[in-house]
Amino acid sequence: MSEQRVIVVGGGLAGLAATIRIAEQGIPVDLFSMVPVKRSHSVCAQGGINAANDVARQQGYSEYQHFDETLIGGDYLADQGPVLEMANFAPKIIDLLDRMGVPFNRTSEGYRALRLFGGSLFKRTHFSGASTGQQLLYALDEQVRRFAAEGKVKMYEFWEFLWPVTEGEGEDKRCVGIIGQDMRTMQIRAFRGDAVVMATGGCGLVFGKSTNSVICTGGAASRCYQAGAWYGNPEMIQVHPTAIPGADKCRLMSESARGEGGRVWVPRQKGDTRKPTDIPENERWYFLEERYPDYGNLVPRDIATREIFDVCVNDGMGVDGENQVYLDLTHMERDYLNSRLGAILDIYDKFVGEDPRETPMRIFPAVHYSMGGLWTKHTPGDAVPGEPRAVVHKPGDSAPIDADLGHGMKFCAPDNMMTNIEGLYAFGEVNFAYHGATRLGANALLSCIFDGLFCGMSVSKYVTEGKPKQHPASGVDQSVFDKFVAAEQGKMDTLLSGSETGASDPDTNPYTIANELGVIMTEASTVVKTEEGLEKCLAKIRELRERFSRVRLGDGGAWTNQSLSFTRAVGDMIAIGEAIAKGGLLRKESRGSHYRTDYPDRDDVNFLKTTVAEYAPGGDDECNIFYREVDTRFIKPRPRTYGKTDDSQSKKTQEKAEAQA
Amino acid sequence: MSKQAPQQGRTIRFRIKRCDGPGKPSYWQEFDIVPEKNANIISCLKQIAETPVTVQGEKTTPVVWDSGCLEEVCGACTMVINGGVRQSCTGLIDVLAPNNGDTITLEPMSKFPVVRDLWVDRQRLFHNLERVKAWVPIDNTYSLGAGPKESPDSQATHYKLSECMSCGCCLEACPQFNIEEDESKWDESFIGAHAISQARLFNNHETGKQLKDERLEELSGKGGVGDCGNAQNCVKVCPKEIPLTESIAAMGRATTIHAVKSFFSGKK
Ligand SMILES: Cc1cc2nc3c(=O)[nH]c(=O)nc-3n(C[C@H](O)[C@H](O)[C@H](O)COP(=O)(O)OP(=O)(O)OC[C@H]3O[C@@H](n4cnc5c(N)ncnc54)[C@H](O)[C@@H]3O)c2cc1C
Ligand code: SF4
Ligand code: SF4
Ligand code: FES
Repeated sequence: MSEQRVIVVGGGLAGLAATIRIAEQGIPVDLFSMVPVKRSHSVCAQGGINAANDVARQQGYSEYQHFDETLIGGDYLADQGPVLEMANFAPKIIDLLDRMGVPFNRTSEGYRALRLFGGSLFKRTHFSGASTGQQLLYALDEQVRRFAAEGKVKMYEFWEFLWPVTEGEGEDKRCVGIIGQDMRTMQIRAFRGDAVVMATGGCGLVFGKSTNSVICTGGAASRCYQAGAWYGNPEMIQVHPTAIPGADKCRLMSESARGEGGRVWVPRQKGDTRKPTDIPENERWYFLEERYPDYGNLVPRDIATREIFDVCVNDGMGVDGENQVYLDLTHMERDYLNSRLGAILDIYDKFVGEDPRETPMRIFPAVHYSMGGLWTKHTPGDAVPGEPRAVVHKPGDSAPIDADLGHGMKFCAPDNMMTNIEGLYAFGEVNFAYHGATRLGANALLSCIFDGLFCGMSVSKYVTEGKPKQHPASGVDQSVFDKFVAAEQGKMDTLLSGSETGASDPDTNPYTIANELGVIMTEASTVVKTEEGLEKCLAKIRELRERFSRVRLGDGGAWTNQSLSFTRAVGDMIAIGEAIAKGGLLRKESRGSHYRTDYPDRDDVNFLKTTVAEYAPGGDDECNIFYREVDTRFIKPRPRTYGKTDDSQSKKTQEKAEAQA
Repeated sequence: MSKQAPQQGRTIRFRIKRCDGPGKPSYWQEFDIVPEKNANIISCLKQIAETPVTVQGEKTTPVVWDSGCLEEVCGACTMVINGGVRQSCTGLIDVLAPNNGDTITLEPMSKFPVVRDLWVDRQRLFHNLERVKAWVPIDNTYSLGAGPKESPDSQATHYKLSECMSCGCCLEACPQFNIEEDESKWDESFIGAHAISQARLFNNHETGKQLKDERLEELSGKGGVGDCGNAQNCVKVCPKEIPLTESIAAMGRATTIHAVKSFFSGKK
C-alpha cells in the first residue's frame, strides 16, 4: 500500500500540536502556512493558559470546576462533552509543555507560578512572563523543526491554502487534499492528503482593526465554508475590554494585567482634567469593583467590555471625555511588574510613549477573538448522567465526575472535531466547539493544544482505520485534482485580468472595500447590536459584494503578488462578514458576547441553540442559517450575573461628587 | 504630556528601495503621504498600497513587505529604516518624521536574498537553528508528568534567551555574516549570534543538555562560534535585548572545554 499522508493547514499552536501528534503516530505530515510557523499569530498571546493544578485543588478547585466556569463563561452555548474533556485534559498539557522547556514563571521553591484570570476565583493560569503564546509557540515550533529534520514533517511555508479538494457528493463527499499556492512564485498546485486539518486561526480582520495579526482574515475558514463546510455561531465575536487603539491595529493589554492586580477606573467627576496620579483615591470610580464585588476587574470579557462601553458611551464618563478608561498598575512594585508583565508594559511604552509603571494606561475595547468557527462534531464520552445538575457546584464539593480520559468525548473517535465534510477537521480558533458565547481568558491556548493533541489522535485513527484505509487519497483519480486546480487558476486569472498598475478608484479598490467592511462590521456587529444596525450592515455587505465583483487590483504581476492574496481574502471576508451579521440578526436574544439592545435577555427556550451558517450562493443573500440543539447533559444553565450589585448606590455617590464639584 | 505633539496633517516622504524579484535590478521610488494619527511604517505602507502613485505622478504597483503581529513579537517586519535595521511595526512616524517634509528611507535587509521589494527570504536563519539542534529532545508527547523544577533566577535567564523572535537584526548588523544564496554553503558559513544564543539556552536546560556535545561540535566547526570577530554589533541592535555577547562568550568557553575533552577522550 502506498504511503498515507496528512495535511495540516496552519502552524499556530493548534496546527503545530496536531502535526507533532500525528507525525508521532508514524504518519507523515505536510504542514502549510502563509508565514514561517514561528511567526504565526499565536505568538501574540500574552496572559497564559488555564489548567487545574495541585495548589488550586487543595483550595477546593477541580477540573470539574474549570469545566463549569468555562460553560457559564460561554453562557451555555457550547456542547458540554468536549468542554469537560478539555478541562480534564488540561493539566497534562501543562506538564508536556513544561517538559518541552517552556520557561514558565516559577515560585521561589521552583514550582510553576500561577495567576488569576477572568471568570475564576482560583489561580489556575500558568504563564511565561506576558508572552506566554510566544513561549508555547516556540516550544512546539522547536519540536516540529526536530521532526522536519528527521524527515517526518515536510514544511510548506509561504504557501497559501486556496481550497479543499473533495470527491463524491452528499454522504460520500470526503476531503482528499487541498489546493495551495506558493506565495513567491504564484504556482498553484494540488496536494493529496488522507485527512486535512484546518488550523488557520481567527478572523479579526473582518472588523478592520482588531488585536489580531495581519493574516487573520478568516480567509481559509471562509473558503471551506464556501466549499460546503458549515460555520457555527458566527455571531459570537469577542471584544476584549483592554486594548490601545492604533492606526494599523489595536494592541492588546492582556487580562493578566488585571489578574496581577491592575484596576480599571475613571474619575468620578465628569470632565476632570487632572493628571490621573493627582486624583485622590476617593475621587476615582472603580466601576467594575463596585458593580461586581466578587469578581471585580476579572469579570468575563463581554461583561467588562459592556461596562466600559456603558461608562464611556452612555454616561460620557470616559477619561478626557474620550472613549477611554484607565487601567492602573502604578500601585504595584516595579520588579514584580517586570517579571510578570514586562512584555506588555514594553508594548505600551513603545507605542504610547508612556511608562505604565508610572502612569495609568488609557485603554478601550477592541475586537479580539472569534468563538464562532467551522462547525465540528464529536463522539460523546462515557459519562451519561441521568439529567443535568441543577445545583450550583461549589468550591470544595467533590467533583461529580472524575478527570479520567474519555468522560466528555471519546478518545480516538475518528469524528472528533471533524467538520460536516468527511476527512476535513477544524482545530484551534477556527473550530467553534469550546467557548460558546464568550471565551474565558487563557482558555484559547488550551483549546488549541487540546485539539492538536487529543483530536490529533482522532485524525490518525481516521486515516489508519477509516475510509482512507481502503481508499487512500493516493488512489484518487488525478482528474479530481486537476479540476480544482483549474478552478483556482480561473479565479486568479479573473482577478488579474481586471488589474491595472496603480489602480486606486475607491469604488473598486480592494483596500478601500476592506476598510469599509471593517467599519460597518465594527459599528453594527460588536459590543451592542440592534436589528436596524444589522439590517444596515447586511445591506452594506450586499453593496460591497457587488463592488468586489468588479474589483481592480493595482498589481497584475506573476511574482510575489501580495495584492492578489489580499484581494482574494477580501472576497472571503465579505462572505464571513455576512454570516456574522446574519447570525446576529436572527439571534433575537442576548447571550454572552452577543448583546442585542432590542432583546436584552437570554432566551433559553428559543435560542439555547447553535447557529449554523451554510453557504448558499445565487440569491441576494448568500448565507442560510439554521439551528441545532446544544448538548446540556451535565449542567443545567443558570443565570449569568457574576454577582452584579444594584449600583444605584454608586450612581448616587457619583452624583454627589458631581454636585460638590 | 510634556512632549511637543507633532503636527497633524503634515506631509512626509518615503524613499523606498524596490526590486521586482530575484536577479532583477533594484530601483528607488518616492511617495508622499499624509500619515494617519498614531501612524507607523506599516500603516503608511498600507496607505501607499491604496494609492500607489509616486512623487513624479507615476502609477506603480503596491510595495511588497512582510509583517505579522504588528507589536514587535513575531519578527516578520524587519527592514532597514534610515540606514539602521529594526522592526517597522514599532517605527512610529511621530518619532521618525515629526516635521512636515521629513523623509523616511526603507530598504530590505541586505544579508538575505530579496524576494520582492522589502520582503526577504530568511530561511537560512531558521536552518541555522536546526544546525544547533535548538530543541529539547523529549521522549514523546504522552503524559509522563511535569518537567524539571527550576529556580526563578534560572527561569529569568532562560526566558530572556527564549524571547529571540528570529528577526535577523543581529545578522544584518554582523560583519561576519554575509549573504549566501547557495544553500549548499550554509552549513559552512557563519551561523550567527541568534543560533549561538539558542545553543546556550538548550545546553542549560536539564533535558536539552543531552544534545550538548552535538551542539558544541557544530559550534566548533566551520562557521561556528570561532568565526565571530567580537564586533558586538549584534547585541546593540537586538530589539529583545538578548545578551548575545554573553552567550557568545559562554559558548566560546564551552567549545574550548569541549575540544579539550574530546582530545583526551580520543574522540578527535
Ligand atoms: C493579542 C492576543 C493575545 C492573546 N492572549 C491569549 C492568552 O493569553 N491566552 C489564551 O488562551 N489565548 C490568547 N489569545 C488567543 C489565542 O492567541 C488564539 O486564539 C490562538 O493563538 C489561535 O491559535 P491557532 O493555532 O488557532 O491559530 P494561529 O496562531 O492564528 O495560526 C494560524 C495559522 O494558520 C496559517 N494560515 C492562515 N490562513 C492560511 C491559509 N489560507 N493558507 C495557509 N496557512 C494559513 C497561518 O500562517 C498560521 O500559521 C490571544 C489573542 C491575541 C490576539
Ligand atoms: S559579536 Fe560576533 S556575532 Fe556579534 S556582530 Fe560581532 S561578529 Fe557578529
Ligand atoms: S537575537 Fe535578537 S536580533 Fe537576533 S534574531 Fe533574535 S531577537 Fe532578532
Ligand atoms: S510585525 Fe511582528 S515584529 Fe513587526
